[in-house]
Amino acid sequence: MGFFTNLLNVICYLPLVGALLIIFVLKREQSRAIKTVATVVAGLDFAVSIPLWFLYDPAGPQFQFAYKHDWIPSVGSSYYFGVDGISVLLILLTTLLGFISVYSSFTAITHREKEYYVFLLVLQTGMLGVFMSLDFILFYVFWEVMLVPMYFLIGVWGGPRKLYAAIKFFLYTLVGSVLMLVGILALYFYNSTGLAAIGLKGLGNAPTFDVTHLFTIAPQIPHGLQFWVFLAFFVGFAIKVPMFPFHTWLPDAHVEAPTAGSVILAGVLLKMGTYGFIRFSLPLLPNATREAVPWMIALALIGIIYGALVAMAQKDVKKLVAYSSVSHLGFVMLGMFALNPQGLSGSVLQMINHGLSTGGLFLLVGILYERRHTRMISDYGGIAKVMPVYAMLFMIITMASIGLPTLNGFIGEFTILIGAFDRSTLWAVLGATGIVLGAAYMLWMYQRVFFGEITIEENKHLKDANLREQWTLIPLIVLCFWIGLYPKPFFRILEPAVTRIVQTVDASYLQAPAAPAPATAPAHAPASAPAHGPAAH
Amino acid sequence: MGADLFALLPELVLALLAMAVLLGGLAGGRNRHAVLGAAALAGLALTAVALAWVAGQVDPASRFFFGMFALDRFAVFFKALFLLGTALALALSLAYLERWKVSPGEYHSLVMFATLGMLIMASGTNLAVIYVGLELMALSTYVLAGYFRREVKSHEAATKYFVLGALSSGILLYGLSLVYGTTGTLDLATLAARLGAGGRGTPLLVGVSLMTCGFLFKVAAVPFHVWTPDVYEGAPTPITAFMSVGPKAAAFAIFLRVYLGGLGPLIDDWRWLVGGAAALTMIWGNVAALTQDNVKRMLAYSSIAHAGYALLGLVAGTDAGLSSVMFYLLVYTITNLGAFGFVILLESREFAGETVSDYAGLARRHPLAAFGMLLFMLSLGGIPPTAGFMGKLYLFAAAVQAGYVWLVVLAVLMSAVSLYYYFRIVLQMYLRDGAEAQPAELVAAPWTERVIFACGVAVLVIGVYPGPFGQLARATIARLAGS
Repeated sequence: MGFFTNLLNVICYLPLVGALLIIFVLKREQSRAIKTVATVVAGLDFAVSIPLWFLYDPAGPQFQFAYKHDWIPSVGSSYYFGVDGISVLLILLTTLLGFISVYSSFTAITHREKEYYVFLLVLQTGMLGVFMSLDFILFYVFWEVMLVPMYFLIGVWGGPRKLYAAIKFFLYTLVGSVLMLVGILALYFYNSTGLAAIGLKGLGNAPTFDVTHLFTIAPQIPHGLQFWVFLAFFVGFAIKVPMFPFHTWLPDAHVEAPTAGSVILAGVLLKMGTYGFIRFSLPLLPNATREAVPWMIALALIGIIYGALVAMAQKDVKKLVAYSSVSHLGFVMLGMFALNPQGLSGSVLQMINHGLSTGGLFLLVGILYERRHTRMISDYGGIAKVMPVYAMLFMIITMASIGLPTLNGFIGEFTILIGAFDRSTLWAVLGATGIVLGAAYMLWMYQRVFFGEITIEENKHLKDANLREQWTLIPLIVLCFWIGLYPKPFFRILEPAVTRIVQTVDASYLQAPAAPAPATAPAHAPASAPAHGPAAH
Repeated sequence: MGADLFALLPELVLALLAMAVLLGGLAGGRNRHAVLGAAALAGLALTAVALAWVAGQVDPASRFFFGMFALDRFAVFFKALFLLGTALALALSLAYLERWKVSPGEYHSLVMFATLGMLIMASGTNLAVIYVGLELMALSTYVLAGYFRREVKSHEAATKYFVLGALSSGILLYGLSLVYGTTGTLDLATLAARLGAGGRGTPLLVGVSLMTCGFLFKVAAVPFHVWTPDVYEGAPTPITAFMSVGPKAAAFAIFLRVYLGGLGPLIDDWRWLVGGAAALTMIWGNVAALTQDNVKRMLAYSSIAHAGYALLGLVAGTDAGLSSVMFYLLVYTITNLGAFGFVILLESREFAGETVSDYAGLARRHPLAAFGMLLFMLSLGGIPPTAGFMGKLYLFAAAVQAGYVWLVVLAVLMSAVSLYYYFRIVLQMYLRDGAEAQPAELVAAPWTERVIFACGVAVLVIGVYPGPFGQLARATIARLAGS
């Protein structure tokens, strides 16, 4: 009782309370007060989430800080929060980026401020709920709730094509998630009564949406059902990640969204897709996961290389960063579907890294955009001379993004590649080309923006990053160095969660770690007709 | 006989008060709008009190009037739902009638008579009784659809509704007569027993098919939906609101009772018919709504689509399916009345408020009402944390459990499509601002605002904490078969 049991509730709903406060207490004109309340609430939320880092006990039970309460007892859905190492890191990332995105919006957002901060805070509650929920219905509620404020953030405060981008984002991600709901229902009924008309017998357990219970029945789920449910989950999560070829909403949404929206979108929202895979698909559907490996790896590798190549061709800095996300998330997926401890921990760490570095890049692009109202690379050149501090910050984040040793990106990518190499040399080689390409497009962009002579008149009088802007970036940079120099605490917190997943998905790997299996890419397709599909009736 | 009349008390109360309101309308007077409106609402409240009292006294398993009339929990649930929907629709009418200067007496009494028909439908356990209730409801609604005599569109609506409605009633009757001819009974319990004993000749199946067509017409399912957009567009908006929830829910009530009760043994014969209609309804309702610029037409197609979702519960054919349809109708009633309330709020003599672009920029000038509309649109689209999501969740769960995964996949994809047109309104309200948006001043309509507010709160409460409400629907189910 008390502090520990309610800690997650406090973290999750504090932003919502802040939003209600702004709605009901403050008037539209009180711009300063609105900003103050939003900043204080977001800051406080980050502060109360820090104890998770210290109090989460990696040696303890799987899900900690659990809070469970009856919600819809008749269908077996409960209000169930709890976190493991993976969610702890993602929650911390969310509260940190939430705070930074509020703090960074002061000058970027000039109209309809009240609604803006309300939506930003509501969005944060939605995202935190996703990472905390251990009940499928609760998870799904948060998963979808969060679409609405994001729709408004893009649609109201976005760029010229905001209306198109907003509805595209909304519908695209919605289509994926509704199919996921069908998958959830199928699992739910398999656990209890079965699906009568297609002759699938259930296990006869009490009906429940409790994920931790469903984990325990995972090995019993028949092959055909696993395949279809994996497919349903895949659509939902892969669109969110986004994996190639479902990535087309991302550049539109990123480019049109306001800076803070992009930071949240890249930093946290995309992680919800990868989190979904690692939390639900892998441990609930181990057989299907193993069979999907070649397909998933292929998509991940295509994403890595394709994203990098497309990024290289971009003229717009923000679009370049957006495509680089496709590439980086490909890495995350590569590590995850290596299905070994190295790959998985690298994968989660890379989620954090991507949140820090890409979040930072979007902030930096936003700073420049506020000054010149253009994001075209060709409109700049030589601005390192007039903005030295800004150029230095940009350089550090760029290096973090391309994976320079001593910075976070290196640790993540390196661990992922170890994991991938362990499975197949080819995967690792192809993945590594992504790193090379990443260095190429980032450095080339950096060179064109910052070095050379200033050729455009307006650029001669650009103001350097001010103190507030610097402070939005400094926490990110500190973290980049921390992970880059001393990642051990991160791995320590991730290890038990990751080991559990590997145990479910591929226990044989853990039993024989000394002799890693050679390339195990199974030749047969996972789509080998399942015994009984749900389509038959 | 006394017990029979006692069970009929709510209907009797409503009939007497409806006549009183009709006569009161002749009196005229300066503030007759207020007086008659209050009288009609009070009449509904009184009926609800009578219902609560009677339902508490009567044994749900007993039958009245020679087994033709039931007051089981199923009937009570639907009666309460009808009274709620009618009361909200009447509250939405008050300012509207005054603004359009039409006589309120006949209007209110016709709405009450339609409700009376619905109450009888919910209780009927005999096909003849059900048909009588249906016709009372339908005839009153035909008149109401054409209530604005001076409006050409209203005329057109009434004529179309009447002609097609009469035709469908004919088809339904023909089907009933074939079923009666082959089984020799109109009583649902006897029917179920005789059908269960076996024997299903072609005439019987033809009869059931014709009945299905009639019922599908009444719930506005594709391909019997063509009347809906025109009627919904032409009818006075509060009547559109009423039609989209009251008569529709009543049609579902008899659909459920007749098909899961009387025709239950034939489920494998009619299931594919209803399932196919549900699939077509979901597809066409949502796709056609995408291109509508008139909000009433859009909501008409949306109501077609929702009938398609609700049919999933019937296709499932289980207790869970039944209770999920009931819960869904409750959710839909509240949400749709709220949405229509917003449309009504926007309508005034100068400002039609019927096209989507009329909603531009409303969020700035009327933040609370616009937020309500946002909630209703989310709820219709099935996005949490609104009631609509929970309604769909129960429905889809029932259908998945019964194994109709392909229908559910279609349903979820179509509800994603539906978000596009619901969000067209949201887009206009919230995302359009500046010079392009010059929202009109709204006319003061306190009751309309109260209805919107109440519906908005209800949508959120049911969405966040659906447990008790779902339980309400579930508790009403004693198996209909043989009851």
